[in-house]
Amino acid sequence: MKALYALYPDGESAQKAVDGLRAAGVTDNDITVISAQPMEDFEFGHMNSKTYMWYIACAGGLAGFTFATWLARLTETSWMIPTGGMPIVSWWPNLIIMFELTMLGAILASVATLIVTASLGRRRPALYDPEVTISGKILVGIENPSETSRPQIERALQVNPAVQLKTV
Amino acid sequence: MTPPLPNDSTITDNLLHPLLNTSWRFYLLVAFLGSIVLMGLSTWAFQMVNGFGMTGINNPVFWAFYITDFVFWIGISHAGTLISAILRLVNAGWRRPVTRCAEVITAFALMIGAMFPIIHLGRPWLFFWLVPYPSRRMIWPNFRSPLAWDFFAINTYLTGSLLFLLLPMIPDFAIVRDKSTGMRKKIYGVLALGWRGTTKQWHRLETAMSIMAVGIIPVAVSVHTIVSFDFSMAPVPMWHSTIFGPYFVAGAIFSGIAGLIIAMATLRKFLHLENYLHPVHFQNLGKLLLLMCLLWGYFVFNERLTVWYGNDTADMNVFWTTQRGAFAPLFWTMVVCNFVAPLIILGIKKFRTITGCVIASCGVCVGMWLERFLIVVPSLSHKYLPYSWGHYRPRPVEIMITISTFAAMTLLYTLFAKFVPIISIWELKAGKHLAPAHEAEPAAERRLGETHA
Repeated sequence: MKALYALYPDGESAQKAVDGLRAAGVTDNDITVISAQPMEDFEFGHMNSKTYMWYIACAGGLAGFTFATWLARLTETSWMIPTGGMPIVSWWPNLIIMFELTMLGAILASVATLIVTASLGRRRPALYDPEVTISGKILVGIENPSETSRPQIERALQVNPAVQLKTV
Repeated sequence: MTPPLPNDSTITDNLLHPLLNTSWRFYLLVAFLGSIVLMGLSTWAFQMVNGFGMTGINNPVFWAFYITDFVFWIGISHAGTLISAILRLVNAGWRRPVTRCAEVITAFALMIGAMFPIIHLGRPWLFFWLVPYPSRRMIWPNFRSPLAWDFFAINTYLTGSLLFLLLPMIPDFAIVRDKSTGMRKKIYGVLALGWRGTTKQWHRLETAMSIMAVGIIPVAVSVHTIVSFDFSMAPVPMWHSTIFGPYFVAGAIFSGIAGLIIAMATLRKFLHLENYLHPVHFQNLGKLLLLMCLLWGYFVFNERLTVWYGNDTADMNVFWTTQRGAFAPLFWTMVVCNFVAPLIILGIKKFRTITGCVIASCGVCVGMWLERFLIVVPSLSHKYLPYSWGHYRPRPVEIMITISTFAAMTLLYTLFAKFVPIISIWELKAGKHLAPAHEAEPAAERRLGETHA
């Protein structure tokens, strides 16, 4: 992996670099911004914010609910007890099992979505600089920049003369 | 308003100090607590070998110390995840140094609480019979039983709470990874799961935390409601009551907050976290404790008045034995610890200091343990037919196992604080990095609709 990046001391200068990259024609998906904490108060902190996690959590909850309904009913009907025609499936107590497994399904689905979409546990090398966590700097960079766009990217990242460009 | 925090590098250094430096006092404390836990485990082994005759449990008092401990620890577990989830959802800024201290209590208290039904089994190696799977004769555990509900509720809450605790720890593991060397770097590198801190990762993490916060609140309420069903589903005097669900939930949150205040004060003192856990955190939690104290008093009054007005013979036997009979000293101690003392200490602003909050919290913990004991034992020893009445006196085995669980909780908490930053570093820093609102907000609004996954 090749990368071109710079480290910025604060959110304002990182925002300028991101705006510069956009002006140079780089799409949000190609810009990497790495910080030691969420930067929600800056516009760049909301890049790539669209997610289906809430819907996936609901689907997980639905899956849990369906499984619980099936399981609870199965346990009550699998042994033939003569009830003289009275219902054998007890829905009121089963609601408890159904509720718990619905919530468990939603929680597990959210965590699974987080792991997949945030690429946690991936082994592929990625752009990173420990200075982000050690000094609290904000990294803005591009992974695998094309040679033709490189001068423009360098200009965009050089928001002031003090900024030092780095390559990997 | 909370006082200003130190700068970023000081925050990191201060909060990583316990991880990167170990004093002899840590080993001494671990050895001391570990020896008590070992004594507890030996006592449990002794009970397994010699049988339940070694305990004071008898017919009709077949639930006593162990079920009291079970309900108490499940109650304490309500400190963390529930409070943390509520504070996250309302975006309370002062929550940042408090959340992890609280969530850890939930995880460990649940683990300890869930041990008690197993300790209470005559043959604990058959604990898996509680697990919902069919036996060789294809008979399932009874899903209509509150004990099966407990299994589902506690395991859902434990899973949710552990994930709720672990997810925000990932960015902090990345900080330790980058700040350390050698074997420690490798271990924390694995735990950090390749965390980099991209905008996408932060956003996904915060979304997952929001979803879990929404999900975990009803689960937490359900857990203690279901624990209350262990009692209220049974036709036993003073148990068969519709008020037990909310009464137990209120009591659990009450004892949970008390446990949290004690844990925070201890951490503040011994890990020198004065710059992070400010008096205002204790004052806010103290106000919450006061609110729960009033709510607890309201529930107790409701429960007692209804029983007294109903004047049912069996209920009144239990009622009077707690009001002016053999259990009266415990009952009135409970009232003083849970209501009178917190009301005075926390109700008067001058006394609502860190020391005042800790004194009130210690009283609440004692009072809430007594409350659970007074729910379990007097009712079982005074059932409907007087010929089945009995007595209960705890034996050393039960007392030792109970003491060892308090040591186990302290030991687990100490070890956690040694290996994981006990205050979330990134959350603390996140509260400091605020852009000028007039610049950030319009831009953020403009871009929000344009970005994509």
